[in-house]
Amino acid sequence: MVQLAWLVPLLPGLSALVLAFWGKRLARDGDWLGIGAVALAWLLSLGVLADVAWRGAEGSVGLEWARFAAAPGQAARSLALGFQVDALAAVMLVVVTSVSLAVHVFSVGYMEGDARYKRYYAMLSFFTFAMLGLVLADNLLLLFIFWELVGLASYALIGHYYERPDARYASMKAFLTTRVGDVAMFVGILLLYRHVGSFAFRDIFAAIEQGVIPAPSLALAAVLLFGGAVGKSAQLPLHVWLPDAMAGPTPVSALIHAATMVAAGVYLVARAYGIFAPAPQAMQVVAWIGGLTAIFAATLALVREDIKQVLAYSTVSQLGYMMMGLGLGAYTAGFFHLTTHAFFKALLFLASGSVIHALHHVQDMHRMGGLLRKMPVTGATWLVGAAALAGIPPFAGFWSKDEILLAAYRSATPALYWIGAAAAVLTAFYVTRATWLVFFGRPRDPHLFEHAHESPIVMTGPLVALAVPAALIGFWNSPLADHAFSHLVFFGEAHELEPSLTVTGLAVGGALVGVLVALAIYAWRVVSPAAVIRAAGPLYTLLKRKYYVDELYHWLFVQGTVALARLCAWFDQVVVDGLVNAVARFTQGLSEGSQLVDQHVIDGAVNLAASGTVAAGNQLRRAQVGYVQAYALTLFVSVVVGLIIFTMGG
Amino acid sequence: MLSLLIFAPLVGSLVIALLPRERKDLLRRVALAFSLVPLVLVAIMWARFDTTTQGMQFVERVPWIPAVGIQYYLGVDGISFPMLAVTALVTTLAILVSFTIEERVKEFMALMLLLETGMLGVFAALDYFLFYIFWEVVLVPMYFIIGIWGGPRREYAAIKFFIYTLLGSVVMLVGILALYFQSGLGTFDMLAIAQQARLTPTAQYWIFLLLFFGFAVKVPIFPFHTWLPDAHVEAPTGGSMLLAGVLLKMGTYGFYRISYPTLPDAARAFAVVMGVLGVINIIYGALVAMAQKDFKKMVAYSSISHMGFVLLGLAAMTPMSMAGGLFVMISHGLISPMMFFYAGTVIYERTHTRMLPEMSALFTRMPVAATLLAFAAFANLGLPGLSGFAGEFFTLTGSFEPLTSLVAVAVVGMVLTAAYHLMMMRQILMGDATAEAAGHAAAPAHGHGHSASGHEAAAAVRLPDLNLREAIVSAPLVASIVLFGVAPSVLLKIFNPSVQALLSRMGGL
Amino acid sequence: MIPLSWVVTTSAILFGLGLYGALSLRNAVRILMCIELMLNSVNLNLVAFSRYLHPEQPRGLVLAIFIMTVAAAEAAVGLAIFLTIARNRTDIDVDNIRLLKG
Repeated sequence: MVQLAWLVPLLPGLSALVLAFWGKRLARDGDWLGIGAVALAWLLSLGVLADVAWRGAEGSVGLEWARFAAAPGQAARSLALGFQVDALAAVMLVVVTSVSLAVHVFSVGYMEGDARYKRYYAMLSFFTFAMLGLVLADNLLLLFIFWELVGLASYALIGHYYERPDARYASMKAFLTTRVGDVAMFVGILLLYRHVGSFAFRDIFAAIEQGVIPAPSLALAAVLLFGGAVGKSAQLPLHVWLPDAMAGPTPVSALIHAATMVAAGVYLVARAYGIFAPAPQAMQVVAWIGGLTAIFAATLALVREDIKQVLAYSTVSQLGYMMMGLGLGAYTAGFFHLTTHAFFKALLFLASGSVIHALHHVQDMHRMGGLLRKMPVTGATWLVGAAALAGIPPFAGFWSKDEILLAAYRSATPALYWIGAAAAVLTAFYVTRATWLVFFGRPRDPHLFEHAHESPIVMTGPLVALAVPAALIGFWNSPLADHAFSHLVFFGEAHELEPSLTVTGLAVGGALVGVLVALAIYAWRVVSPAAVIRAAGPLYTLLKRKYYVDELYHWLFVQGTVALARLCAWFDQVVVDGLVNAVARFTQGLSEGSQLVDQHVIDGAVNLAASGTVAAGNQLRRAQVGYVQAYALTLFVSVVVGLIIFTMGG
Repeated sequence: MLSLLIFAPLVGSLVIALLPRERKDLLRRVALAFSLVPLVLVAIMWARFDTTTQGMQFVERVPWIPAVGIQYYLGVDGISFPMLAVTALVTTLAILVSFTIEERVKEFMALMLLLETGMLGVFAALDYFLFYIFWEVVLVPMYFIIGIWGGPRREYAAIKFFIYTLLGSVVMLVGILALYFQSGLGTFDMLAIAQQARLTPTAQYWIFLLLFFGFAVKVPIFPFHTWLPDAHVEAPTGGSMLLAGVLLKMGTYGFYRISYPTLPDAARAFAVVMGVLGVINIIYGALVAMAQKDFKKMVAYSSISHMGFVLLGLAAMTPMSMAGGLFVMISHGLISPMMFFYAGTVIYERTHTRMLPEMSALFTRMPVAATLLAFAAFANLGLPGLSGFAGEFFTLTGSFEPLTSLVAVAVVGMVLTAAYHLMMMRQILMGDATAEAAGHAAAPAHGHGHSASGHEAAAAVRLPDLNLREAIVSAPLVASIVLFGVAPSVLLKIFNPSVQALLSRMGGL
Repeated sequence: MIPLSWVVTTSAILFGLGLYGALSLRNAVRILMCIELMLNSVNLNLVAFSRYLHPEQPRGLVLAIFIMTVAAAEAAVGLAIFLTIARNRTDIDVDNIRLLKG
């Protein structure tokens, strides 16, 4: 099966092509084709994972993409592109195809009647293709190529409702913000290439082991690479695009902006462990950025009113966890959290999509409430996802988050552990708050509540399907399964950290505290939410305005760049072109001056010669009297005069 | 073969001169037919092109004015042949695009064909005298094309274009003559001078500077670029396509064909200057493009920005960067005509404006055309999988080792380029056409609807989508942009032997 | 023998008369006759000098015969022209014939 892994991205890719060109001619705009292709890809990737897990199979294919001439005295360089399958890639394949399949099916219900249904499915398939290509890439170049292509898909899908100004703006912001990170990543890739002469992970890792790259360069390259991950995974300080990206359709948020594409940054750091692991400074950067992002985003999620915004900040926060785990050297734990998070966060997003669909695109949680009665399947599956996110045992999130916290606890920087633990409490709080506001309590908008209804099976089906892994997948890396996941996806770190009851106890306790506090405020009304807000005072405003980061960036980068652009345009028009025009005007003036000289002096002289000749001719004309005798007389006189002169001279 | 290729359009131009001016359709078809001749020949040559040899191919050599060593000497190698192909393709498409021109069709078509002869000749000539003649032949038709069929400020733009580039080429001529006399070989043969001339470094520097000015105006290199936006904006679409697609490349081609192989010491000495100018072009061009409101002007500045990559690649002088520069020339020779075609014809003929703030919601109004414009924009901003990325990637990767810090600055251009393309797309492609139409109908000033009823408004916002001719123009561009993006080795295979020859002549770094 | 000076003096008087007539007269025929007078005075001169300088050789005599021939031709042509002018213009007053005036 490993040999067929290249088919996994190809199938959605072909479906995207067919949908783009002939989608309109297919029944139902060809949604079945997209679903079928992804389903096949999913089956294939399950096969690949089984192959890798049980037979330990690995495989790679490659072909030469570009070859260059040889510089004098050097060998010719060539660039190869290829796919490789190892445990990391195999797990990621299954994660991507599973979530993608669920989203493809869910969208049949959610996007029903959309004006651009065909475009939606084509882009969804295209995204799946690009994401799977990214997963399989065996070198940084191909990874970068697909990295940009998923960015394109994300751009197009965030902008799906381009009639809305917020969607227009968000799509642009997403592409540009991630592009900033991509540029850093690109320079990092070039830096590695400069030292190694190859883009392939295999060659780079080997070169690093041989010590080809000096340590400062390696650290710099790793940090620059991480820049790309910061952009894609919406880490501080490039996190601003992800909450805005919620302007896209909700299933898209589930697939791209929760489960897969934003996890690509984490995947990159995991994939490039051979670059990061030998660069401790870079690892520190990764860990601290991750930890700070985790707590930073969790605080922001506390006060959101929009259900999707809560989930968006939650995603940023959870991605921070993963980064922190990776940065602390707990690669397996970080990647395991990626896996579990993909399922439960996709589930939460799809469940919220189901709610939004039922309420005719109302996203404000304060207008919901009591929906569990109306939408039992959606509600139940949401609860599973919420429990997983909050880290309640035995749901998936508990196991993976516990591993990361354990790694932090055992690391040299316990501060990160406390940050992570605090973020876990906040996580439990905001997810409970959201759960209560949406599904429990009194309906706050009776009209909306009356018209709410459970979603069709095509939407609840994927929810149920995702609820299963969200509940159970955590056991994969639990002592009950003998840490099977750690044995499969193994990075050579000292895994199997000694379990700590303190960590587990604190994690569960913290989660429970979060849940209870939220319940106390929103369910039991021990303190009213309004009172809490009053007590928080300016802090609340600060959170509400997202720490004013958007404003700061807008002022600093957007306005700054636009102002610089205007300045350059002004410079170009007034100074550079002005200089050209001034030279032209000077030349013109010079020519007008010479024109005057020409007219009056030179041409004057010519005219003088002409008019003088005419005047002389007029005078001489008088001599021509026309009398023959006069001429003869002249002749005679001349002869006489001539004779006289001749004789006198003689 | 090459002579036929070059002079077939000239013959076409004469044939058109003999046809009656009233029969516009006949004139157009004849022009198209004659422009197809070079295209077919290029295809045949591509099939026969030998990618293993470093030398000139399809050589034609006849003494012309033996007294001073002038020959009629044509030939192509991996550097010039792809440019020949792009020229043949883009000219054919530009003529097809210009079918919408109704005024003085006869003169226009004759000039276009004459222009094609000049451009093809520049890329095939291997004798300085011949080269210079073709170089100047290009100027005149373009001057008339801008000056007669251009926009409102056409006279200013045409004269500026003509004088500026003429100034450049005259300085270049001085350089060529200096080369002729300094080399003392008594020949205008480019290859012979490159191989045999023993020039002192001082002579090389001076000649390099003279030639540099000539080429810099054409590329154009900051600060000699201001003729370009005016010329681009005022020229008719066919003219803009050729201007951006081919004429700019004549400048960088000059570096590849003349300055570098003939004056290697000077080229090495000026490498850093070239690199810095390249980076200035990239960043400055992108920034100025961002501030433009006129679509064509934006594309014009984006051309300046992209040509900076070629300069950077030239400056770095590694096999990858040199090939990358050539790749950018080809890639930009395909993408920028497409951008101009959409900005100047497809969209302009439907919306009657080129001002970005005056357009919106084209995705809704004309879905296919808008999608293709988005394709071109993404190709231009360097989306992987399309040719723009491949060129920029090779250039930057190849230049990174010798010019690390310059590349680190140049990549900022990638963000800026993305920014102005995305801003453009947000402004004109996305948007709510229906609401806008309703708004317009309500405002009496823009009374293009009689009632504000939503249904009527929805029907009114649709604009005619891409027609067959426009689709035919787009198809080869889209196909080749994708092909070169996915399989760059198609082009690299042709470049490599010549790049290798060039670098070994320069003796490496 | 008549001294040479007498002959030369006679010739000079004849030439002066002819010249005066040619310059002052109005009638074309008379002018023609005066010109004949001048030519014949020259003939007289030639014959006289020939006899005194080279009596044995007839050099001057030949020249005189030439001049007589030319004079005859000239008179014929001149009279023909005057005849034509007379036919066209009724008179042959040279004051009225000024076609050459610039």
